[in-house]
Amino acid sequence: MLDTNKTWDLLVIGGGNAALCAALMAREAGCSMILLEGAPKPYRGGNSRHTRNLRCMHEEPQDILLETYPEEEYWQDLLKVTGGLTNEKLARMMLKHTSSCRPWMVKHGVRFQPPLGGTLHLSRTNAFFLGGGKALVNAYYDSAERLGVSIHYEAKVTDIEIDGDTFKSATFTHGGATHQVRAKAVVVACGGFQANLEWLEEAWGAAAKNFLVRGTPYNRGDILKVLLAKGAKQISDPLQGHCVAIDARSPKYDGGIITRVDAVSLGIVVNKNAQRFYDEGEDFWPKRYAIWGRLVAGQPDQIGYSIVDAKVMGKFMPPVYPPERASTLRELAQKLGLDPDALEKTVREFNAAVRPGTFDHTIQDDCVTEGITPAKTHWAQKIDTPPFFGYPLRPGITFTYLGVVVDDKSRMILQDDKPCKNIFAAGEIMAGNVLGKGYLAGIGMSIGTVFGRIAGEEAAKHVRG
Amino acid sequence: MYAADDKPMKLEELIEDAQRVLRVCNACRYCEGFCSMFPAMARRLEFTENDVHYLGNLCHNCGSCFYACQFAPPHEFQVNVPRLMAKVRGETYRQYAWPSALGKLYNNNGVAVSLISAFSIALLFWVAGALTNPERFFAAHSVEQGSFYALMPHNLMAGMFGAVFLFAMFALFMGFIRFWPYMGEELADFFKKPLAEGLHDAFTLKNLGGGVEQEGCTYPNEQKSLVRRVFHHFTFYGFMLCLASTSTATVYHYLLDYPAPYPYLSLPKIFGTLGGIGLLIGPAGLLYLKTKRDPQLAATDQTGMDAGLLVLLFMISLTGLGLMIWRETGAMGTWLAIHLGFVLALFLTMPYGKFVHGIYRLMALVRWHVERRRPVPGVAPE
Repeated sequence: MLDTNKTWDLLVIGGGNAALCAALMAREAGCSMILLEGAPKPYRGGNSRHTRNLRCMHEEPQDILLETYPEEEYWQDLLKVTGGLTNEKLARMMLKHTSSCRPWMVKHGVRFQPPLGGTLHLSRTNAFFLGGGKALVNAYYDSAERLGVSIHYEAKVTDIEIDGDTFKSATFTHGGATHQVRAKAVVVACGGFQANLEWLEEAWGAAAKNFLVRGTPYNRGDILKVLLAKGAKQISDPLQGHCVAIDARSPKYDGGIITRVDAVSLGIVVNKNAQRFYDEGEDFWPKRYAIWGRLVAGQPDQIGYSIVDAKVMGKFMPPVYPPERASTLRELAQKLGLDPDALEKTVREFNAAVRPGTFDHTIQDDCVTEGITPAKTHWAQKIDTPPFFGYPLRPGITFTYLGVVVDDKSRMILQDDKPCKNIFAAGEIMAGNVLGKGYLAGIGMSIGTVFGRIAGEEAAKHVRG
Repeated sequence: MYAADDKPMKLEELIEDAQRVLRVCNACRYCEGFCSMFPAMARRLEFTENDVHYLGNLCHNCGSCFYACQFAPPHEFQVNVPRLMAKVRGETYRQYAWPSALGKLYNNNGVAVSLISAFSIALLFWVAGALTNPERFFAAHSVEQGSFYALMPHNLMAGMFGAVFLFAMFALFMGFIRFWPYMGEELADFFKKPLAEGLHDAFTLKNLGGGVEQEGCTYPNEQKSLVRRVFHHFTFYGFMLCLASTSTATVYHYLLDYPAPYPYLSLPKIFGTLGGIGLLIGPAGLLYLKTKRDPQLAATDQTGMDAGLLVLLFMISLTGLGLMIWRETGAMGTWLAIHLGFVLALFLTMPYGKFVHGIYRLMALVRWHVERRRPVPGVAPE
């Protein structure tokens, strides 16, 4: 068991991608390392378990990455989703780093594969992990164990002792006892607070009761709270996060990728009053899924219903839960708990507004509506071919963006704008520096990998000179 | 809520659970790079019972997807594809056995049954030989004297084993004739280019490579390793060499009028010796790995059947080599009886034991190469 008299070179709090990258880098630099993961072993890895790729800049084709994804394009993509809520210096540093970090990942056992199936459109921008994020996490843990990192599961850090700008020690619970661990530096990489329902409710009000937590149940933001209370400078706000519209029948926690409902852009979405509320065909679903969580959160009782007809079945990724199915719209409305008259009226008005066009779900086609609000600007087809299908939707939070400000060495910044001496932050807990709003597929892992690696490297420099 | 432990399941429960798990996998698809089963799954939007059997037989039980699965137990979705598919395969073997009534034999075709059958038959041969003419049975016969054919005339041996072997082949063929159309394919489509591709996958065990880099699969534990493929190659090619040995010997006997026994440097002996060594190393290695298998992945109701075949193959080889070494001594008769007991036990249980996996897996692989050429209905970008 743990030697509590020892002063470690580096303590890493957290056990996901960012934490592991930091631990591996610092261990490679010769630091004695202890890593405290709050989750039990089968659930180790935080939200990294649910990921599957890394968004990578590349100025020329790189093994599995086709064509090019230059810095400027990546930056513009980020600028667009965040609406400018990003730190350009940190963001550009990060995306440049993504073009060169993969050989290091491979060295530690991560394997990449060309995308197959439904993800070909990401073959230029995103590098896919063979087996997904849990395979990556497993590889990193194996590597860390081989290198001699002291790893502890179900080790929940409850407090951190900070003296001015300097970390002293951390208190954690493990096996029913409370322990203290001292280290010359700390990397805090323990995620956001999305699984803390009380905190969500503080931010969102009663609406939060109807949110589902798509990510890990172990990210409760306890350490984030401690850091903010002890003088860390805050980034972003508690309302921001990666929030997707997911199947309302999903589990409360940890449903991950399979809770997706990709039918939205091919039909209509109504609220509990059977009214449409947003342009379903604004863009491809992969570019829009991250706004629909907030859209549904803004509707009464935080629920929506994606409604499609037989024409489009089979044209989107099959959701895990079978849809409600009925031969008439009235019957479907009853099954979904909607007012049949209202749904019929909404569909009638929608159908009347659909202009002729050539439907093609693989491109941004010319099928649009005219004369209704909100309009549907692509893939607008009449909903008229039975059977009809309905998927209930809820906001599903993957992770929150509220965090601590860091500098380009991944050092935590205090409220007086001065960096801490030996406190570093990486991953979701500082994602808000780069990602103030919105989401870009694969960027969570880019943030975690890059800032995790920098944090580990800088912490090692601090400790070993 | 879900069946994920290793309890025996009723057929309907098994198929239902497989359909549930496949829906989870199909909404995720992170494992698409590990083997052929996941791309085959991803061609479908829903899963019929036929699909479940097809995908079940494409699965090579390597375990890579289990360790990479964020929905594996203790997660409430309880996804354990390798174990589930092992159970499905057991069901395929039962359902497509010929004659159907003998499908039940899978339920108890374990190590004990294999050993009991082999030794019973051996005892029968031994008693027959030892009682009818003990003097001849326990005498030493030189190679020039015809060695074991002095005890059992060649035609009797060839006739008896040939008949049982042909029956086994016919029963396996009936499995093929019934399972291939069940998967929804035309018989004629089997004998085209996809057959060569399926054979290539089978002969190289590509699907035990764990993906493009072919670094190996996670067997017997979470660490990637090629060790199972190596032992399977020893087993399979050992078996094929033994078959080649028998075939060349048959040609020598009937076409070249050159009866056994053959000298150590003849083709039948070289094939037989190499094959025999393969059949010692391979099955022993696979059995050893089985004891080290991660208990989360072992389907215990299948383990007996798997081990039964491995034990038979190992014992055939061991007794065959013993027979070769002591063929000119007085113990030859006993060695011969035991060896023939094991060979006949293998032939008899062949269509009702683990041996059939080769046939069904090959069909599934060929089917994959047939269908992967067909256009898949396009889905909107994920």
